[in-house]
Amino acid sequence: MKSTLATAAAKGAAIDIVSAIKRYGAFTALDDVSLHIEPGEFMTLLGPSGSGKTTTLNVVAGFTEITSGELTVGGTSMVGVPAHKRNIGVVFQHYALFPHMNVGRNVAYPLTLRGVGRAERERRVARALDMVKMADFAHRYPSELSGGQQQRVALARAIVFDPPILLMDEPLGALDKKLREWLQLEIKRIHRELGTTFVYVTHDQEEALVLSDRIAVFNHGRIEQIGTGRQLYDEPATLFVGKFIGDSTVLRGEARVSGEETAITIAGETVTTRRRIADGARPVMLLRPEKLSLARPGAGAGGRNRLSGEIAEAIYLGSGSKYEVRLRDGSTAIVRSPLEAESFAIGDAVSLCFAERDAKLLADDDQADLILT
Amino acid sequence: MPMQKHTRLILGLVCLLVAVWLVAPTLVVIPMSFNANKSLAFPPVGFSWQWYENFLTNPDWSSSFFNSLKVATLVAVLATVLGTLAAFGLDRMRSATASGILRMLLITPMVVPGVVLAIGIYAVYLDAHLVGTLGGFVLAHTILAIPFVIIAVSANLEVFDKRLETAAASCGAGRLTAFRTVTLPLILPGILSGLLFAFVTSFDEIIVALFISNPYLKTLPVQIFTSITRDADPTVAAVGTVLFLATSLVIAGGLLLGNRRRKS
Amino acid sequence: MPAAPPAKGARKAPRFIAGPLWLTVPALVLLVAVVGYPLLIIVLRSFSEPAWGVQNYVWFFGTPVNLVVLQRTFEVSAWVTLACVISAYPYAYMMTVVGPAMRMLLILCVLVPFWVSGVVRTMAWVILLQDSGVINSLLKWAGLGTVRLIRTQLGVVIGMTQVLLPFMILPLYSVMRGIDLRLVQAARSLGARPSRAFLQVYLPLSLPGVYAGAIIVFILALGFYITPALLGGPRSVLLSTLMQNQVLSLLNWGRGGAMGVVLLVATFVLLALAAPLMRQRHKQGARR
Repeated sequence: MKSTLATAAAKGAAIDIVSAIKRYGAFTALDDVSLHIEPGEFMTLLGPSGSGKTTTLNVVAGFTEITSGELTVGGTSMVGVPAHKRNIGVVFQHYALFPHMNVGRNVAYPLTLRGVGRAERERRVARALDMVKMADFAHRYPSELSGGQQQRVALARAIVFDPPILLMDEPLGALDKKLREWLQLEIKRIHRELGTTFVYVTHDQEEALVLSDRIAVFNHGRIEQIGTGRQLYDEPATLFVGKFIGDSTVLRGEARVSGEETAITIAGETVTTRRRIADGARPVMLLRPEKLSLARPGAGAGGRNRLSGEIAEAIYLGSGSKYEVRLRDGSTAIVRSPLEAESFAIGDAVSLCFAERDAKLLADDDQADLILT
Repeated sequence: MPMQKHTRLILGLVCLLVAVWLVAPTLVVIPMSFNANKSLAFPPVGFSWQWYENFLTNPDWSSSFFNSLKVATLVAVLATVLGTLAAFGLDRMRSATASGILRMLLITPMVVPGVVLAIGIYAVYLDAHLVGTLGGFVLAHTILAIPFVIIAVSANLEVFDKRLETAAASCGAGRLTAFRTVTLPLILPGILSGLLFAFVTSFDEIIVALFISNPYLKTLPVQIFTSITRDADPTVAAVGTVLFLATSLVIAGGLLLGNRRRKS
Repeated sequence: MPAAPPAKGARKAPRFIAGPLWLTVPALVLLVAVVGYPLLIIVLRSFSEPAWGVQNYVWFFGTPVNLVVLQRTFEVSAWVTLACVISAYPYAYMMTVVGPAMRMLLILCVLVPFWVSGVVRTMAWVILLQDSGVINSLLKWAGLGTVRLIRTQLGVVIGMTQVLLPFMILPLYSVMRGIDLRLVQAARSLGARPSRAFLQVYLPLSLPGVYAGAIIVFILALGFYITPALLGGPRSVLLSTLMQNQVLSLLNWGRGGAMGVVLLVATFVLLALAAPLMRQRHKQGARR
């Protein structure tokens, strides 16, 4: 074990989950999840609570066995391998530092278990504590540290044995916003320095966007979409992803196909698109706030799609303004307009304008809708 | 709670009375132990060490003392091992009903009337030829001590964060290693107090001992009891005083040690 | 939101119980061998000696002396419990309001009896209560004459109360420690007089501790043997002594067994009756 550790230093391993299913009695926690994670990648599992992201992490860690499916790490099957033989580092939301050991002994613990000699152990503990900037605290006990400090020690303990994979289960969930933002940058730096594969679980989409190379969005035990933050934001595959990542306006209408063009009727007004949709389908249209603009009724650019509405709320943000526009069918659109744009007051009648290419047409998903409301 | 002055005064007096009531009767054995007469009449007359001498030299007293020490030591070890295992099992059971019922069962020895249990054990031991044997004493006292160990260890297990075991596993510790390096050190205070309780329970136990003793093997409480009922021998007072001082020393030592550890 | 997952591993329950269950097996085996089996023997003999039938119970409940002793046993237990509640309540309350050093001292006073052998303590009571004992010497000195204490029911109650008092104080203290004194202040601020605030707020909150302590003391008192045997006389014999006498002196295992069963049944019926009160205590604990 000692020699493999010495040689397997610092480079990440690939993770492959193929058709994983996990059932607890009648409840299905993972419903046919497949996920490939590249060596050295920073992959975030994002989703609401109960969506299966933590179960997936526990499956990789070995705390939970899958009911069926395959899991390989670095090409080796991990099914049936107990957690303590997987050589995977884990950082928990609740820190899980051993209260009867000081910081130094906590971090040395994985090395002690692996029979690493004293001198080597001390060197590596010092290096790990250096990396998380906790070198001065080696003799303190966990109860004498703040939450952020404890989490940094936990991180040091999880990386000290150079695992090819590091799993983090909402590690910043218990910390306040300022500290969280700072530690996000620290985690990003450590990932860069180590080259280890990071798998990070969170329900905070902003955190996911800041940290990740790629994000897997979970919902109801399934993966809705896997992609970079930009892909998920610009090209959401499902309504759930569109609503979970970033702000968005969701409009519902009915499609009518006529030749090349498809007309979609929303609250009595019609917008057109070149996208092919089945005649009579009821798609949803997803619009990002910065892709929407406002104009006085009847004025402004022709050829663009327009819907009429009324300003329900106007908020000055400094860098621009944010408006809530009530449309005829009662739905609300959120618009973020730049500083130089024309300003409106509550009660003003307006036209909501957008380019055809900025409107994402997606299948309606009542369940997804329920999730967020 | 804000109190009127006289309420507080009365309350303080009542407490003082209760405290005296708790402690003073026991202290009466100290002057009696130096009695020059072979009598337990109060007040004692004169001064002499003879009863301490008798305790040390009379084989009846010294052998029963060593018997008690031997039995209590074995019981402390056995009850602590069995009780800790059981407490751990109860803690990890998935079914709350099952663990609740088993816990209740394991604690019954505390509430079964002593004489009933003692006579039952006596009946069984007569058949099994266990009366007056070390094994017989150890078995009976162990089952009486196990509830105390279970209670003490369970109290510690309840506050033990089981997620630490998961963390240990992620560091590479197998179940046994995790138990040895993480769980055990953290529940050790409970185990130690269980050990102490078990020792005291056995050392102090009299009812069962009274029935399963014979002339070849009897414990100190039995010797004390027979001595009180047979004659007014002040050796009992000397033994009581020695035991009182010994336990006081142990407890004071424990308190000091605890204090120092808390400070460092 | 998906439905909350059912109890984890419900399907695998047998395996999960099997693991931890094994850890309790050694203790359970010992329990069955050293407690279960002996008690079974007692029950069996009460029905089988000298012949099968209920003759021992007919004898027990048909003999006035037995009924007097049974009644006395309950009476003494009740007096001891009452004396314990009355003396423990102010003491336990005081423990919750004094400073840490004083509290330590008060706790120590409660624990001292625990670290002195029970037999030695009872012997101390013999010294105190005997006709030429400390109490009578004091009474004589005060010119109040002497009272017969040793070998009387009063003497037994006095001795037992002192021995059992810690079992009352400790549970009472652990409940009182959890009572939020601000509740009493709130009652005062709403205009309740101190006595009223105590009776309507503090007392009800402390009752679970009183119940728990009282039931423990009562049950222990029912089965008490050593103290009544040393402090009591022929007129203050309790059921335990009577049973011991039947078995050891008269070698009548059937009649002795019947007495044992009566004691056992009384104990477990009391425990069963007290269980709801204890559960209430747990609920309150959870709410804190």
